[in-house]
Amino acid sequence: MSALVNVPESAAPGEIVDIKVLLQHPMETGFRTGPDGKLVPRNIIHSLRCLYLGEEVFAAELFPAVTANPFFAFTLVAEMTGQVEILWVDDSEEEHRETRTLTVG
Amino acid sequence: MTPTRRQAIVMSLALPLVLRVRPALATPEEMQAEIDRFTGGAAIVEAGVELKIPALVENGNSVPVSVSAESPMTDDDFVEEIAIFNEVNPLPNTVRFRFSPRSGRAEAQTRIRLNGSQHVTAIARKSDGTFHSAQVNVIVTAPACRES
Repeated sequence: MSALVNVPESAAPGEIVDIKVLLQHPMETGFRTGPDGKLVPRNIIHSLRCLYLGEEVFAAELFPAVTANPFFAFTLVAEMTGQVEILWVDDSEEEHRETRTLTVG
Repeated sequence: MTPTRRQAIVMSLALPLVLRVRPALATPEEMQAEIDRFTGGAAIVEAGVELKIPALVENGNSVPVSVSAESPMTDDDFVEEIAIFNEVNPLPNTVRFRFSPRSGRAEAQTRIRLNGSQHVTAIARKSDGTFHSAQVNVIVTAPACRES
């Protein structure tokens, strides 16, 4: 599963930085009928979390109303150099992870 | 007492309404019920939240949404969560954002599906237990969920 995670390379201490995430996923709602006339089973990313320095700074709970290939933009406060982790889970309950380093100073 | 002919006709007209199958769509009542579950029935202040959605949407399959709530985002006073509700999609829940003081701002963007023109409501829960909301009326010319 591919993902685009945009974290600035560097920031000043205390600066509020923008994080952007674009995940590749069909976000099948479970309300659509397939060509065979049967409902296509639901398969969505239902949880997205952003950890910075190991602590949750932002999270989202997704419902079928979120578009295919979900996009999220949010912010966090730069404190010190460390990892920004994006974790997401879809209906297969498998956790995916992308990590970026934010250099602060 | 046997019904008169007139009563029998009225009853037969009313019957199809009772048997009508409810479409698989959320209704304003279901949105309200979900909002009550989120707030626990607490009062909601209609201020302090900004919900940005285009007023006229051509493609309901991808509608940009931006939501923010006024808050200093300190450890003592921050926005814990913002939930977005809709009244016409199959489910009243749309998306929920959870923040922490280290988010810096109670602000997030995403893209959602809207199955028709409707009101979309954002409700923020602050760390002091108060709820704040904003509502937008969206006109959708090509709804989502209609492709088979």
